[in-house]
Formats: sequence, C-alpha cells, structure tokens
Amino acid sequence: MAKITFITTDGAEKNVEGTSGSLMELATDNNINGIDGDCGGVCSCATCHVHVLAEHWDKVGPPNQTEADMLEFDDLVTEHSRLACQIEISPALDGLVVKVAND
Amino acid sequence: MPTPLTQDQCCVIIGASHAGVSAAFALRKYGWIGEIYLFEKTSHLPYHRPPLSKTFLYEDQSQDDHYLKNNDSYKDQDIQLHLNTDIIKIDRHDKYILDSHSKKVTYDYLIYACGAKALVPPIVGINNSPNVFCVRELDDILAIKAKLKDVELPKIVIIGGGYIGLEIASSMRKMNAEVVLLERENRLLQRVSVVEVSDFFESLHVSHGVKVFKQKNVNAVESTGEGLNVKCDGGSNYQADIVILGVGIVRNVSLANEAGLVANNAIVVDDHCRTNDPSIFAIGDCTEHHNNRYSMDLRLESIQNANDQAKVAAANICGEQQSYDPIPWFWSDQYDTKLQTVGIYSGYTDIILRKEINNSNSISIWYFKNEKLLAVDAINHPKAYVLATKIIKKELIVNKEKCANPDVDFHPKNIIST
Repeated sequence: MAKITFITTDGAEKNVEGTSGSLMELATDNNINGIDGDCGGVCSCATCHVHVLAEHWDKVGPPNQTEADMLEFDDLVTEHSRLACQIEISPALDGLVVKVAND
Repeated sequence: MPTPLTQDQCCVIIGASHAGVSAAFALRKYGWIGEIYLFEKTSHLPYHRPPLSKTFLYEDQSQDDHYLKNNDSYKDQDIQLHLNTDIIKIDRHDKYILDSHSKKVTYDYLIYACGAKALVPPIVGINNSPNVFCVRELDDILAIKAKLKDVELPKIVIIGGGYIGLEIASSMRKMNAEVVLLERENRLLQRVSVVEVSDFFESLHVSHGVKVFKQKNVNAVESTGEGLNVKCDGGSNYQADIVILGVGIVRNVSLANEAGLVANNAIVVDDHCRTNDPSIFAIGDCTEHHNNRYSMDLRLESIQNANDQAKVAAANICGEQQSYDPIPWFWSDQYDTKLQTVGIYSGYTDIILRKEINNSNSISIWYFKNEKLLAVDAINHPKAYVLATKIIKKELIVNKEKCANPDVDFHPKNIIST
C-alpha cells in the first residue's frame, strides 16, 4: 500500500492510495485532472507527465530510455520529470508527492 | 449566451468504448450537473482496445488489468453505466431513445459513440468456417486465446497487412505460432504509409519468421478434416488452424441513419462534433469530420480521435465553444519496435528518411509539402515524434539539410530552422 499525493495545476492536492498498477492508472482511477493516459500506459503519448518533488526523487528514480526520449523535448520537462505510466506502485512509493505537469 | 446547466438536464451517450467513456467523464469536468446515461450493448466493463492485438493476446493478463475506468469511478462521477443494453431507436423529434429493455430515456443532448465492427469480407466460406476470428472486441481475443490453448504449434493465417494484421503477426510469433500473412496489395500498410515504411515492416516481420505474401487475394476459406484451407486467386493455398482477419471496419451507423442523421458510411460532424441535429453529437471511429489543418475529410480510427472528439463534444454541450482541430497521432507496437506517427502525409511533395547513426533501428520519415512539415513516421524514435509534433503544432520550419544528415545531432537547435 502506498499513499500518494497529486498536486494539480490549480494547486489542489489529492491524496490517494494504491497497491498495484502504474501511477498513471492510479491517477485515472481517481480522476486526477491533467493525467489522461491516452495510450493506455505504453509510453507513447506523454499525457501522464508528472514532476516529482525533489525530496521524493529517490523513491522513483530516473526515467527509462524510451521515457527519457519522450520527455527530452517536451515543453514542460524538468530534471524531475517522469511519465506516470512508467512508475509502478509499490510500498517504496509511500509518501510520494508529484505535481501534474498539464492542465 | 449559453443556457445555464441544470440538474434536471440529461445527456445520453450511446456506446461505452474509448470515445463514449471519455465523453462521460469530460462532461463532468466541463461542468455538466445533469444526468449522464452511458449505454453499452456488450457485457464487459469498458476496456482498452489497443492491448487486444498486443499484450493481452500474448501475455497471461487478466482482463481486470485493462479497464478504462474501474467500476467505482462511474459511481463517483454519477455516470449511469448500463451494460448489456442496446439502443434500438432514436426519436429526434421528441428527443428520446428506446433501449433493448424497452426503457425510454429523454435527452437534452445525445452523443453517438457507436464505433465500428470488424469488416468480414465476402470470401466464400468465411462465415461458416470454424476458427475464423476478427480482432475488435475483447470476446474475439478471448476466443482466439481459448483456441490457441487447444493446438500445439498452431498455424495462423492472417488476412490483411495493415496495423491490426501486423500486430497480430507479432503477437503470434511471440507465442511461437507459425504465421502466414496474406496481403492483397503489393505492399504492407499500403493504405496508410509510403513504400519505405512498408519495406521496413516487411523486413521486420520476415526477420521474425513471418511468411509474408503480397498480392494475395483470398477468395475462399474451407474447413477440412484437419483445419482450414485458405485459397487465393492464382491457385495458391495455405493451411491454418486459425484464420484471423484484419481488413478494416464497418462503422455502426444504421441507428443514426434510421434517425435521419447524415451518415453514409460514417456520421458527418462539424467542427464542434455536432451532427446535422443540433442536439446530437457524434464522436470516435463512427465519424467523418472536415479537418481544416489538412483541408480534407477524415475518418480517423484512433485513440486520439476518440478522446479528443469526446472532449470537444462535451465542452460544447456544456456551453464552451471548442473546435476540433487535431493533429492526428497514432502508435503501433510490433515486437520491440515502436512506430509513432503524427500528422497526415497526404499531398506531400518530398520526404526525408533519416536513420540515426548510433542506432540503425531508429528511423524517422519526414513528409513535407514544400517547406511545411505535414507528418512524421517515427520508428523507435520518440524524440523525432515529440519534436515533429511540436514543429507541426507551432508551424516551425525544418532545416531539411540537417534533418537529412545523420551526422548532425538530432536536436531542436539543428532540426528547427532559425
């Protein structure tokens, strides 16, 4: 079980709990604004872009190669960008806070 | 002045696949406070379709992993999802629908999201031979998987070398099946791509052991004692345990036609995804729209179109004028290869094919109309896909010389002309 906080672009915070699946699926199940997951989680659309808060970066680590390639030229990319569909929920993510990049 | 939204209004959505489900949730996001009915004629909780030809086929996954939204999500957003419910009539005059349980629901707005079914071509014997499958519904894949369990070293014959046929070929090879792929035209992906892309994918599949035959028009499928015999013009024939069809779709527009909506083989919608009836919108695979960016009428069959039309329809229903002006995008996963395409290449005057030096599997095809970038096919090249999307969106100019030269680093500062 992991408690995860999503901060949407309007500043609102939503706390959710997940046990399995990807962070993107957790977001879409909880109707988090700005995370669409259009491609269903296969790293092909970048509609699940999140900014991981710096102090939580170690919980998730860096993006994989395809993910990094999808993010590199994204207008909203930062050094703590991840695609939520590539982050697997596990107890290690407990306490994670992410900002949703898109509206 | 838009009419204020009230709780006693009702929006009915017919069809709960990608477009219909997106529309239902988008309505709430845009401020709809009335009722939302979401009708689905099949029995399954709405699910993702792209994995059907891919991971869901070759991996041992539960269908529970593939739902668009979990059950609670519909309740949370007060969306009344009715499965196993067909709609048999739309009465436009009195604005109600009649469902297959004889229930009548009056609507203020109707969203038609009925999608399409797989095309079964008029091949002799195809309708009464066993073990011939389409690839469209979850039940198709469950049936294919069940049959595969019965046969050791199954022989698969795939009819159709479009995206579906190729993805199925890839999945079947991952499952160690023998695969024969029969394509009617002189190259794969002929309808959707240029020769260079066709050649790439043919090589990819042949290198993975698929037997690809082009210019093969299947004229009959017959059931023998040992399985199926697939016969082609010219006399060649192929033995199969399973035949899988990937030859296109037929849009589910008969209900719309009966109601008097303008729909030949597709429902024509305007920039707001509205039909010729101001209270009725149509979205997704069943539609045709005039794309202003590319100056052509388009019938897009993609997740992008389903989701984006859904949002536009929902926004307009809620009083926010939004136009559907997409840059179409699409992806296909075959073996370890990812194809991502953005834009429409129709009307191109020249192309650039770029193969990266550090990775010969990373290829991008750039389609131009004179100086304007129309579209890009990116094969194992997400950076090209992302950059191309940006260039097309912002109407930037590409430095063609640098783009064409693999010795020049692939970076916006080189690819984009300043």
